[in-house]
Amino acid sequence: MKNEVKRPVDRHVVALHVNGERTELLLPVHKTLLEVLREDMQLTGTKHGCELGECGTCTVLVDGRPELSCLLLPIQIEGRAITTVEGLASGSELHPLQQAFAELGAAQCGYCTPGILLASKSLLESNRNPSRDEIREALAGNLCRCTGYAKILDAVELAAARMA
Amino acid sequence: MTKQNGFAVIGKPLPKVDAVSRVTGQAIYADDMLPPRTLHCRILRSPHPHARILSIDTSAARRIPGVVAVITGADLPIKFGILPVTQDERALEHEKVRYVGDPIAAVAATEEEIAAAACDAIAVEYEVLDPVMSIDAALANPKDERIQEYGGPNNIHKLVALEFGDVDAGFARADHVREDVFFFQGNTHLPMEQHSAVATYVDGKVTLWSSTQVVHYVHRALAKVLELPMNRIRVIGAAHGGGFGGKTDPFAHEIVVAKLAMMTGRPVKCTLTREEVFYAHRGRHPVLMWVRTGVTTDGRITAMHFKTALDGGAYGSYGVASTFYTGALQTVTYDIRAYRFEGCRVFTNKPPCGPKRGHGTPQPRFAIELHLEKIAHDLGLDPVDMKRRNFVRPMTRTVNWLRVTSCGLEECTARVMDASGFRMRNRRPGHGMGFAISSYLSGAGTAIYWNDMPHSEVQIKVDRGGVTAFCGAMDIGQGSDSVLAAVVAEELGLQPKDIRLVTADTDTTPIDLGSYSSRVTFMAGNAALEAARKMRALLVEAVEASGRRFEEVTFEEAIVLAEARFGTLTSAGSYTPPKIAGPYKGSGVGPSPAYSYSACVVDLDADPRTGLLHINKVWIAHDVGRAINPLLVEGQVEGSVYMGLGEALMEEQTFRKGLHKWPSMLEYKSPTFLDMPDVETFIVETNDPEGPYGAKEAGQGPLLPVIPAVSAAVFDALGVWIDEVPVTPEKIVEALRRQGKGEAGRYGPPGFPDIPYPPCIKVEPPPRELDLAAPATI
Repeated sequence: MKNEVKRPVDRHVVALHVNGERTELLLPVHKTLLEVLREDMQLTGTKHGCELGECGTCTVLVDGRPELSCLLLPIQIEGRAITTVEGLASGSELHPLQQAFAELGAAQCGYCTPGILLASKSLLESNRNPSRDEIREALAGNLCRCTGYAKILDAVELAAARMA
Repeated sequence: MTKQNGFAVIGKPLPKVDAVSRVTGQAIYADDMLPPRTLHCRILRSPHPHARILSIDTSAARRIPGVVAVITGADLPIKFGILPVTQDERALEHEKVRYVGDPIAAVAATEEEIAAAACDAIAVEYEVLDPVMSIDAALANPKDERIQEYGGPNNIHKLVALEFGDVDAGFARADHVREDVFFFQGNTHLPMEQHSAVATYVDGKVTLWSSTQVVHYVHRALAKVLELPMNRIRVIGAAHGGGFGGKTDPFAHEIVVAKLAMMTGRPVKCTLTREEVFYAHRGRHPVLMWVRTGVTTDGRITAMHFKTALDGGAYGSYGVASTFYTGALQTVTYDIRAYRFEGCRVFTNKPPCGPKRGHGTPQPRFAIELHLEKIAHDLGLDPVDMKRRNFVRPMTRTVNWLRVTSCGLEECTARVMDASGFRMRNRRPGHGMGFAISSYLSGAGTAIYWNDMPHSEVQIKVDRGGVTAFCGAMDIGQGSDSVLAAVVAEELGLQPKDIRLVTADTDTTPIDLGSYSSRVTFMAGNAALEAARKMRALLVEAVEASGRRFEEVTFEEAIVLAEARFGTLTSAGSYTPPKIAGPYKGSGVGPSPAYSYSACVVDLDADPRTGLLHINKVWIAHDVGRAINPLLVEGQVEGSVYMGLGEALMEEQTFRKGLHKWPSMLEYKSPTFLDMPDVETFIVETNDPEGPYGAKEAGQGPLLPVIPAVSAAVFDALGVWIDEVPVTPEKIVEALRRQGKGEAGRYGPPGFPDIPYPPCIKVEPPPRELDLAAPATI
């Protein structure tokens, strides 16, 4: 498929609610939430692995549910609450999931970590005491190439226990 | 301060020093950077696997508003390559393309979309040539022309033939001789982070931030291709999103952004798309293997002859080293007194293969482990017992002159045997268990370019503001920064969090050759140890001169006393591996200051109807010498098991009509959370005489035994041999079908081609007095 640059690009003013802050942006309509977060809002904590919805790396929360930001357009989610990894900690106090991931070595290169943290947060909000298989199921859409997943499972369990 | 085993920091499962930045999104990876006025770069790549370029017309691209610069191969004609003997790549190719994805032109534009559209507007005229897509095709006369102008005959890149000891006599002495053929399909690293690089050109100096594993080698390649002295180039390793060997070559996009920054005077960034990452590749070589072994009736190996044929892809990359590695380490696990190795690498019109976790050794490890299983089966011996009978011993030299120091093979085997209940396993239909062992280098004993300089250097600065350690080592997520901090902290009586680190920056840090060949803990660790001990000596001397003992004062007081006494406080340490390579050409590949050892048991259920495998559990024991940080060692072992299972079960990089079959993360199958079984890890400590605190590598070795253990478990479960990786359901079903028809219950390559190997270079085994290898002093 050929790349085309259509000029002038259709731009819309979109108000996004990210990590509790409202921001108005003038955006080309085709720009994905992933691109807007990283490029227009400097929220580079959200990573990209494929930009095709295959790897889970760019997962953010929309109204508390995990969504792939590479497959969302900002106009689809205007007014809804978006949480990125930058919104997990309270000030400099880490979220229990972040704390557990750091302590147990659940982040090696750390590139898949933001997406997995957010998917885990969503899981723990709907299921405070998930079994190991329930954690596996909830995170099955997030690939990690470093850890072999073992320490991630340990960390989610530890965070769940601490949050109980 | 509590000390266990005499250590305050070493051996403790501490979080990584950069753990918080990794869990908060604060770590800045290369693509996260966007300096003011950054231009975005995209690269035009070949749509043909093999073609001559007749013309390139960039005029339409240049006219697109927002396009600032367009370059082609004519702007970057100097060839480069990771190995000095194979300088065969260009950043952009303007004469000939050799695989789908070969870079041809690059555009810098104000927006990435504009750059992509401009690439599409570049008109390239090709003369399409017949592509060479298999080992067999590469061995045959090319229809049109050879892929590379060097090597040969036909599309052969490299041939090696070595013989150690009297192999014919060894076979003559054997009671039983067996031959087998195996094939290991290629696969790729699939790092989560797509390669990315950002360059600036300020005050006549190029600065490059990159997702590389090897800042020093990128520094060298940039200097060569850009024709700049190294002192006008700075390479900085950005936060790293995973490498596994895939970011160990200098890459086109790194050179291209530097050139475009020099031309435009603006920062230029290039991040590969996921599809381009598959083309960048440098992954596992597909290797066809033939092995013949003679044994006595009790299973003692009398001689081994091993032949390999590597499908190298279109360029050299690390391929010459990879070729030697397919023959080098067989002798490091099994005591083979007569050994012949013939290796061949061919060029094909595919993305170049290179080093992936285990570099060149998982393929022969798969072959040798299964081959020995079959020999044990032939002789009615227990395969575990038979392998054990042939284990190498600590403090020995192999027949190909490799020096073995610490060796925990016996203990690793005992640990997984006991924990898995391998010997007492319940027999039920479709259930199987498989066992395998392996070994890997703790750093290559020779540098990529020949020199006598250290492989790693560390500087420590101490002043009233605290301690800073400087080292060129690149943390790729494995935790090399944490190892450096642990070593320095241990020696100075501090905690890792007290140590500031500056790493992987060619302007500010002394040389380390980079994160490849599992070298960093051993080499940078030893350099840090030397630097820290020197610093400690300064502090102790200053404190004692004041009439007190080091242990009685706070560290802050010690600094004040030492800074007052000596002025600026700096120390340095370096590490050069011992010169232990054997006296023959090719002996530079294989030697390492120490080898790690692993043993593994895989437990699985196999469905004979569908061929589907369910891995129930993996037990793995790894001789890491000493775990500087057991949490990080476990992470490396678990990650290796995971990657090994991916290779064993599903991962493959294959091609159809010159095109990569599945250059996407959805179609290139890799294990998810649901595919990964429980792993029980045992850390075995053998306290290597030359490792820092006795430590050896952990990042690569534990991958190796997993793959043959899976295939051995399939035989245990179903009675069929799958002699080809990956071990997929269709291969299992086909092997069972053949068995049902009364044919051999096997799936694998039918034979090994005729390859014009040269006459073997005959090498005398090392003299007996070398057997008790005297450890070099550090």
